[in-house]
Amino acid sequence: MAHEAERDPVTGQQTTGHEWDGIKELNTPLPRWWVYLFWATIAWSVVWWILYPSWPWLTTYYPGLLGSNQRLEFAERWQAAEAERAAWLDRIRESGLAEISADPELFTFASRGGEVVFKENCAACHGLGGAGQRNYPSLADDDWLWGGKLEDILLTVRHGIRDPSDPDTRESRMPAFADLLTPEEIADVASYVLSLSGQASDPEAARRGAALFAEQCAACHGDDGRGIREVGAPDLTDAIWLYGSSPEAVRAQIADPRHGVMPAWAGRLSEEALKMVAIYVHALGGGE
Amino acid sequence: MFKHSFIEKRGVVLASLILVTVSIGGLVEIVPLFTIESTIEPVRGVRPYSPLELMGRNIYIREGCYVCHSQMIRPFRDEVERYGPYSLAVESIYDHPFQWGSKRTGPDLARVGGKYSNEWHVAHLVDPQSVVPESVMPKYPFLLENELEAEDIRAHLEVLRTLGVPYTDDMIAKAEEDLRAQADPEADHEELLQRYPKAMVGDLDGQPERLTEMDALVAYLQILGRMIDFADIDPKDVLQ
Repeated sequence: MAHEAERDPVTGQQTTGHEWDGIKELNTPLPRWWVYLFWATIAWSVVWWILYPSWPWLTTYYPGLLGSNQRLEFAERWQAAEAERAAWLDRIRESGLAEISADPELFTFASRGGEVVFKENCAACHGLGGAGQRNYPSLADDDWLWGGKLEDILLTVRHGIRDPSDPDTRESRMPAFADLLTPEEIADVASYVLSLSGQASDPEAARRGAALFAEQCAACHGDDGRGIREVGAPDLTDAIWLYGSSPEAVRAQIADPRHGVMPAWAGRLSEEALKMVAIYVHALGGGE
Repeated sequence: MFKHSFIEKRGVVLASLILVTVSIGGLVEIVPLFTIESTIEPVRGVRPYSPLELMGRNIYIREGCYVCHSQMIRPFRDEVERYGPYSLAVESIYDHPFQWGSKRTGPDLARVGGKYSNEWHVAHLVDPQSVVPESVMPKYPFLLENELEAEDIRAHLEVLRTLGVPYTDDMIAKAEEDLRAQADPEADHEELLQRYPKAMVGDLDGQPERLTEMDALVAYLQILGRMIDFADIDPKDVLQ
């Protein structure tokens, strides 16, 4: 197959000396411009080796003449961004929540900033726009479990609810009444609770349940069942139910209550972000 | 001798020369990984995974979570604004293999620990659309059904120790105990938390009496990114 290289009579090029079925391959050289570019890229790589971090030594590495460092560059960009925002963020840090709300300009900045924080961190549970969903309360209405004043909201965001990692978290545990009451008694209390919000229930059972409620439940939910915010006990007289309002759901909640958990955001979010998100939530519709 | 026409016609010569060339490249790239000290930041807090977290990590890998989720916050402003402090090399020091990933169909998970409640993770893994309607994540309801199979947990820790993860004799001896205690709300967690600080303990999957794959995965997700306390870090230490 291999032959001596020879010159092709038609093109005047050398052949490679390979021949298949009488066809010989021309040994056409690469275009000059291509070869020069190829050498130029190799030369350029040497320049990069010198300018940027490249060769590893045994315990360290060659850092490059330019001293390029991705993390240093990040730190510079971050500081530049902080400086740009400082005019606003300093005011937010130094102002009280009421002051921020009262200043239209500052309020606009805070609620827009709070919206961004909310979408990334809060919407997974509370829904976009704070609409809430089953098991996670709506933040857009005026029914608050732990208080709807600016300071209350900030406290909730900062320390969370029943977050085991935060000693200052909002804490309350409803007892599991399956251990304290008989199933009939639980059904009676459920009937009374349903009657509080005007739902259909057996009046006789509700009457029996009323006595049990006064004894067992009123300490947290209030004598009138309107809830006590200091302990996060919900209002039972309205039509807003976190875990469902069917008789089965109410009985289940009395027997073995579910306890919602919200993470503490202090440490995770900056002080300014905490304030901004509190302002945003307060302005969603139900702030007090 | 070093002519194409010579080398390419002799298989053994060609193979030997390829081996020499590739070895040089390999040595230059690989040897410094074992000796360079400046790539691992001198930062405290990173500890080996607890047995339950480790099993959760295995499930994370088994289910291919890394196909859609990265665990690598890059040092860019947009990423830090969204996810938190950028990932440090030291944070994956006990990962064999690391789960940095390069594809983000879902969000980065490097700092997902503590961001959501256990209940949310369970609801989300069982049916992601139930809590995030626009999500395209598949459902994993079987995690709540499957009992966690971890008879080999002790061997698992021993193998990792041979790879350089500093599991103590005590940790290995109590592996089974710790595995069960972490997801048992009635257990005494004091010793466990001494061995594995910041571990998420208690009823993780909403079924206190059972130890499921969900318990393990939630334990793993809840420790991600939480080992280091970034408020205490000197920025100079992480510059490399």
